[in-house]
Amino acid sequence: MSALAQPNAPRRAVELETVAMTKIFGSLVALEDVSIHVRPGTLHALLGENGAGKSTLVKCIMGFYQPTRGEVKIDGKPAVIATPRDAHAHGIGMVYQHFTLVPSLTAAENLVISRAHPPAVIDWKKEIKGLEAFLDTMPFKVPLTVPVSNLSAGEKQKLEILKQLYLDQRFLILDEPTSVLTPGEADEVLGLLRGMTEAGDLTILMISHKFREVSAYADDVTVLRRGRMIGGGKVGELSVADMSHMMIGDTKIRERAARKTFTDRPVVLEIAGLFAEDDGGIPAVKGVNLKIHGGEIVGIAGVSGNGQSTLIEVLSGQREPTEGQLFIDGADFQPVRQQMAKFKVFGLPEEPLKNAAVPRMTVAENIAFRTFDEPPIASRFGFMSPKPMRKQARDLIASYRVKTPSTEEPIENLSGGNVQRAILARELSGEVEVLIVANPCFGLDFASVSEIRSQIMDQRNRGAAVLLVSEDLDEILELADRVAVMSGGEIHYVRPIAEADRASVGMAMSGH
Amino acid sequence: MNETDIGAYGVPLAMLAGAIRVSTPFLFVSLGECLTEKSGRINLGLEGTLVFGAMSGYAISYLTGSPWLGVLAAGISGCFFGAIHGYICKLPKVNDIAIGIAMMLFGTGLAFFFGKPFIQPQAPHLPSISLGFWSDLPQVQSALSINPLFLVGIVLAVFMWWAFKNTRWGLIIRMTGDSAPAALAMGYSVDWVRFLATTVGGFFAGVGGAFLSLYYPGAWSEGLSSGQGLMAVALVIFARWNPLACFGAALLFGAAGALGPALQSVGITQGYYFFNAAPYLLTLFIMIASVSPKRSLKGAPGELSITK
Ligand SMILES: Nc1ncnc2c1ncn2[C@@H]1O[C@H](COP(=O)(O)OP(=O)(O)OP(=O)(O)O)[C@@H](O)[C@H]1O
Ligand SMILES: [Mg+2]
Repeated sequence: MSALAQPNAPRRAVELETVAMTKIFGSLVALEDVSIHVRPGTLHALLGENGAGKSTLVKCIMGFYQPTRGEVKIDGKPAVIATPRDAHAHGIGMVYQHFTLVPSLTAAENLVISRAHPPAVIDWKKEIKGLEAFLDTMPFKVPLTVPVSNLSAGEKQKLEILKQLYLDQRFLILDEPTSVLTPGEADEVLGLLRGMTEAGDLTILMISHKFREVSAYADDVTVLRRGRMIGGGKVGELSVADMSHMMIGDTKIRERAARKTFTDRPVVLEIAGLFAEDDGGIPAVKGVNLKIHGGEIVGIAGVSGNGQSTLIEVLSGQREPTEGQLFIDGADFQPVRQQMAKFKVFGLPEEPLKNAAVPRMTVAENIAFRTFDEPPIASRFGFMSPKPMRKQARDLIASYRVKTPSTEEPIENLSGGNVQRAILARELSGEVEVLIVANPCFGLDFASVSEIRSQIMDQRNRGAAVLLVSEDLDEILELADRVAVMSGGEIHYVRPIAEADRASVGMAMSGH
Repeated sequence: MNETDIGAYGVPLAMLAGAIRVSTPFLFVSLGECLTEKSGRINLGLEGTLVFGAMSGYAISYLTGSPWLGVLAAGISGCFFGAIHGYICKLPKVNDIAIGIAMMLFGTGLAFFFGKPFIQPQAPHLPSISLGFWSDLPQVQSALSINPLFLVGIVLAVFMWWAFKNTRWGLIIRMTGDSAPAALAMGYSVDWVRFLATTVGGFFAGVGGAFLSLYYPGAWSEGLSSGQGLMAVALVIFARWNPLACFGAALLFGAAGALGPALQSVGITQGYYFFNAAPYLLTLFIMIASVSPKRSLKGAPGELSITK
């Protein structure tokens, strides 16, 4: 039902190959001689740890980056793809890792303007009718006339995928399409796509960190490690252990420390009657009360957009509450730098590149944000000396295994997982009394996930009070001592982990 | 003069008349700025464009005898200034605000330089349309003698409001203004769209300048503009980047500008200079009242360097 469909010349699934694809950024070889083959009408998974070069490879295919060497073959013939427009003309579409919808435009406006030749004057009555007819053929819906900025993350992701289907692309590249979806939503989306590949309408190249989805929906896999193609094959012939071994080689995954039991630990962090508004001035946190003891992880579960980010912003001092108070060890706590240092409050907010880092400053500078005004980095007259700063950065980069070309690289050039590690290194290197973490494992590969969860557990075992906000229920059930559920800006459900089960938490998450 | 005394009603009427008269340059500059900002760039140089437009419009009107040719010339010179701004901002590591300030000084300086010979001579003015024929009151008649540019401005505001929603170009401009990566991913050249938007925005500002020198106050002098070009930037923020609201805000600023003279016309001369400062006070007041540290500006294009 797409505007571009040509009934007399049906376009079928496309076959795509890359030949010796190489991409060099300055001194860093991000991709080296990668040749992959995606058979028509299959769902092909691309695996690899953070920074392996997966996004770089697909951006080279799309013409978003110009490869240093190598070429793309479409249906066996070499194709020149200099810009994303050329890729679109070949029927190749991509859903990027970071959203490319225009926030102030409605879903309908986003869809119409993404067409190759939108009409000069848009007849909205006709377009909306066409869009509704198109949506009727899809198993999931998104509201058409609301600005995209008001949609939830899951709805945005679905809209991105719908957009590519609406454009009638025949080869779809999806860069971690399910990271913001709940498992149910992911099944819905992948089920639809799988059906289309089986019908021979579509070929899909999907980047994912989730073995469950790869095993259930993909036909073939290719694994990248440090910019090289390391292996691959048919999904049915590879076990999860084979795939993870290809991804990380012989690197040992850290064992999770056992949960230490404490008795009678005092309350460390108390949130009392907290109210706060979001950017639009609409109440987002409505009377949250919560006490967190030392040596305890309290996990706040909830569907995204129920006030969790606003709560985290208040706790990390990014937003003024309209009402309510925070206490640490019974004393009044204002989330400002001095008091955070005094009470040893640290945090890993969601989207750390945006919320906890200055993208264009170097890795060393970003790592020094907590300590640059103290000796040894700051001297007596307030001058900073770069040597101790670099040394500190080098030490932390080594012990937290941050992959970066040097301490002087702008942090925005690191892959998502490595930004997360760098920030974590900064926040956890000292003594921690209160730790506030939000979606710490968003978009990370399994090795990093395991690493970061171990770090959080270690802090708990050392006696820190940990508040963990996560959209990933499994993460909460794995880490938390107590589970709370946030919905509609309120906390409804607080249970010790032993009494919490998936079903009742799920009920509370949907607001019942 | 045989003025009918209408007492205190004179003040609101004079303010209405003033609003209509004074608002036109505000309206044109703010529509130009609105267009530029919607594409994701701020052009602070429009003050310079306005002054240069006033000079060139007056000069061409004087030299050709046709005020409408003057308006066209003002618009074209505005395009030129917009294009320079748009071009320089395409270069890497350039800040649009700094370039805007440079262009503002450049435009006014150039206008003073070329405008010297045109300070004395009388150029033909733009005509006005009398819409007050139904009334016997001369005050009403003079209030409703309207310049065609005012009407053009209204049509333009409505057109822009419609076009931002209903045309391909409108959507492309909003897209580049709100998310450059999205525009790039769809294969549009962000720089090129912004260049065009700044150029056309410059045209509007130039026309606003021609109104100043060819209608009200109606002569070219170096003190002609009293910062309308800069206030228009505040006005666009106040109007939340909505062309229709730009029209309302322009009327409001116009009325505030007419307050001093209006009070004087009914014999209140005390605080004349204070009331003349009304538009500036209004700017300040609006900026304070309409922003809040707790909320983000609704409707602000996401790519603007002030909101980013
Ligand atoms: N624009 C850039 N400039 C310099 N280096 C870059 C740039 N983009 C990526 N890199 C580097 O290239 C390498 C591969 O990055 P890429 O984003 O492709 O990783 P990825 O496999 O997609 O990882 P993730 O799973 O975290 O998304 C990383 O080391 C990264 O730091
Ligand atoms: Mg990636």
